[in-house]
Amino acid sequence: MAEFTLRLRRYDPGSGRAPYWDQHTVELEPHRSVLEAILQVKDRVDGSIGIRCSCMAAICGSCGVRINGQPGLACHTHLDRALACARDGVIEVEAMGNMPIIKDLIVDMEKVHWKKIRRVTPWLLPEGVVPEREHLVDRDAMVDVTQSMACIQCGACVSDCLTMEVDPLFIGPAALAKVYRFVGDPRDARERERLVDLAEDPHGMYSCTHCFKCIDACPKGVAPMSQIMRLRRRATSDWHIDDANNGRRHEEAFVTLVRDYGLLHEAELLPRSYGGNSWLGKFHPAAGKVLLESLPVVTKAILRGKVGIRQAMFGHKLPAQSLDQVQRIFDRVEGRPQRVEQNLYVSGEDDDGAARAADRAGRIEKAVTAQRSVVR
Amino acid sequence: MPSHDVLIIGAGLAGQRAALAAAEGGATVAIMSKVHPVRSHSVAAAGGINAAINVADDWRSHAYDTVKGSDFLGDQDAIEIMCSEAPAEVMHLEHIGVAFHRNATGELDLRAFGGASMNRTAYVADITGQAILHVLYEQLMKHAHAIDRFEEWFTTSLVVEDGRVAGVVARDVRSGAMELFAAKNVILASGGAGQCFEPTTNGLICTGDGIALAYRIGAPLMDMEMVQYHPTCLPENGFLITEGARGEGAHLLNGDGERFMEKYAPNKLELASRDVVSRAEQTEINEGRGAGPRRDGIYLDITVVPRKRTLEALREIVNIGKDFAGVDITREPILIRPGQHYVMGGVKTDVNGRTPIPGLYAAGEVACVSVHGGNRLGANSLLDTLIFGRRAGEHAAARAASTRMPSPSRAYVRADESMIERIIRRPKEGARRVSEIKHELGTTMNEHVAVFRDEPGLRTALAVVHRLKAEAAVAYIDDRGTVFNQDVLAAIELGFMLDCAEAMVTAALERKESRGAQFRVDFPQRNDAQWLKHIDISRNGDGAPLVSYSAVTFTQWQPEERKY
Repeated sequence: MAEFTLRLRRYDPGSGRAPYWDQHTVELEPHRSVLEAILQVKDRVDGSIGIRCSCMAAICGSCGVRINGQPGLACHTHLDRALACARDGVIEVEAMGNMPIIKDLIVDMEKVHWKKIRRVTPWLLPEGVVPEREHLVDRDAMVDVTQSMACIQCGACVSDCLTMEVDPLFIGPAALAKVYRFVGDPRDARERERLVDLAEDPHGMYSCTHCFKCIDACPKGVAPMSQIMRLRRRATSDWHIDDANNGRRHEEAFVTLVRDYGLLHEAELLPRSYGGNSWLGKFHPAAGKVLLESLPVVTKAILRGKVGIRQAMFGHKLPAQSLDQVQRIFDRVEGRPQRVEQNLYVSGEDDDGAARAADRAGRIEKAVTAQRSVVR
Repeated sequence: MPSHDVLIIGAGLAGQRAALAAAEGGATVAIMSKVHPVRSHSVAAAGGINAAINVADDWRSHAYDTVKGSDFLGDQDAIEIMCSEAPAEVMHLEHIGVAFHRNATGELDLRAFGGASMNRTAYVADITGQAILHVLYEQLMKHAHAIDRFEEWFTTSLVVEDGRVAGVVARDVRSGAMELFAAKNVILASGGAGQCFEPTTNGLICTGDGIALAYRIGAPLMDMEMVQYHPTCLPENGFLITEGARGEGAHLLNGDGERFMEKYAPNKLELASRDVVSRAEQTEINEGRGAGPRRDGIYLDITVVPRKRTLEALREIVNIGKDFAGVDITREPILIRPGQHYVMGGVKTDVNGRTPIPGLYAAGEVACVSVHGGNRLGANSLLDTLIFGRRAGEHAAARAASTRMPSPSRAYVRADESMIERIIRRPKEGARRVSEIKHELGTTMNEHVAVFRDEPGLRTALAVVHRLKAEAAVAYIDDRGTVFNQDVLAAIELGFMLDCAEAMVTAALERKESRGAQFRVDFPQRNDAQWLKHIDISRNGDGAPLVSYSAVTFTQWQPEERKY
């Protein structure tokens, strides 16, 4: 047993009182969860603390909160780990972000999260005659979509999505990850329509800024951002969807610049995205327009020292040897017969059977011996 | 006043399936749940769903396994319906989007499960319940025009007028507003009562609401003594390790490293039925051969399963082992023990989900058809929820066509409003906290109404339940607000749990034999001559529950000795 102090962000709309911090001390083993600590306070001291929870085992997705500013499930965060991230020795728990607070740690998921889920036509759209038995589909494809299906709709990724913070209309990580569950499903007949829809939406898949926050936040390893990137790869490389948001052209320009210069040439990026993916791009009227529009941002960036004028004009220079290495990476990745995608459920690992059996026998013997010595 | 042909209480698998079936039957439908539908405890079902879909399989074999698993207490007409309709139901799920994992030829892969004579469990890794629940919710969103959803609405009572169901009274959890819902039919699909036990694999929401609501308006409960202890739960917190682990080949080892199931079930070993495996484990522990530092557990050794397979098909329990027990199950055995998991009993229904009260239906864990009898087979509960959820939905929709819409009196709302008001105003002096009473109930039930039972223990439990009932009636709460007042709901839930617990203990005392999950140390034999019958429990005002019996339905299988 150890003592942990919790600081809970409280808010009761019925009280007329502003939100406030409420501090409590609990006694629990360090590997117990933040949820168990909150429930101990709720059970013993103050039953009015509001938190949704049910399974306590990271399956039902009810208890999404922010712990020391980081989004996650309260039941999935150990007290000792939470304490290690605490600023002043006190574990701080508050409601998730990007969603209105209803009471204490309870947010309005309906207004934000579920609305966005409904936006993406979240059901399978098969085509043709319904087969008498199951659809015959590739074994690996079904294992592959399991990663995005593992989403428990807890909202942790929505809570800290940076894009959503500046653009509340952004469809967001959870809903976009859900789309991959259909796009990657060979039974769904609307892959192209789904991708066009999300590519053309100004708050769609190209609004993600790759900040990785949703990957950190997700307690189930869904890696929403990776699913969004997979949607983009399908939209661009597989379906060649040219979108009004210039997402595809932007991506192409980005890739070309990195291949040619080894590093991103920022000044070339916008003209190429809008005016065409070559040195001549900047002379296209569309490029001129967007360059003019971006002048204030560029000026600010230069003033704040984010970019040097020289670098902005001429780009970064890499030694020839390094550039060569970058190009070898490109050749290798692009030379693959198939795209390799990361997936939690698909692992290449397997142990050698015999070694495993011997190893296992040793481990059990060790466990049994250790236990006997404890008993004696 | 919202009025619907069919109103469903609970939005897990049974409830959502019932809603979709009733809407397809042309009824106006509403589905109401005290939590958001995807938080329902069906989400935790891991291992899979049984159906004889392999061409070499036969639904009769599935039915026989289920009858045998039930220790011959299951009603065979209902079991025949469930097993014969299973393949079509699984195919339906596949067609609407469930991404069942496939074999090398692209057909549904089937894994082994306890008590089954062949591989017949379709699965999605070890998140099958979640995968199906989310797909059904997708369908609810798709059919939003036909199905009204009342998410986070807590049902406080069922309304009966002129001897038939007329609707429900419910509280909007978010605002605290009480509302009367008129309905021609009410389908209870609100799940089990695992929270009567501590620890349990069940979520905090599994408080037996529907069982108690039906019981309070006079619907009989059946098989309430039959409480399943799952063989593989984490000792500390009761978290479930799916039977799928043993289905994939994992072994059980006692503290001496012996694969002890060889003694208890020489043919099926770890894949004997759950009651048999749990009893075997408890016997090993009781006789001093337990594992772990306190010798009160058993090792589940998943390292015999190829690591790649474990990572692909048992990913969730890899996480549970890592996050909640600090064990990498692909590298070392994990300590487990039996833990409360499922209530076979529930509101007595026929094969269409009908209770004896006109207009009241029940489906899923809240109900007792009875397809599980004395012991449920793994991966038969998802099937039960879907088959009987659908049948209840279809039947209720058909009944609606020939029934007049009731218009219940507002007095029912006022009654529940003042009931809640009284709870909120209870004085603190001399009263216990709701959570304290709940904790005592849970630990008492887990001590005396567990794998092994005897009369003195059950009498103790009954006495505790009676005392807690009196204490619960005056228990105090802190929250006096209206918005998300979870405190007042917990007080109401405590009342539900105590009703369920009283029925369980009463039935367990009544059954003086050992069958399925009920093992009476003082009556260790199965006694078909006297006890091959269901025990029904009905409410008798505030007095002791009424006990009666009903016959078990037999079709093709006569009782025989049960060996695995």
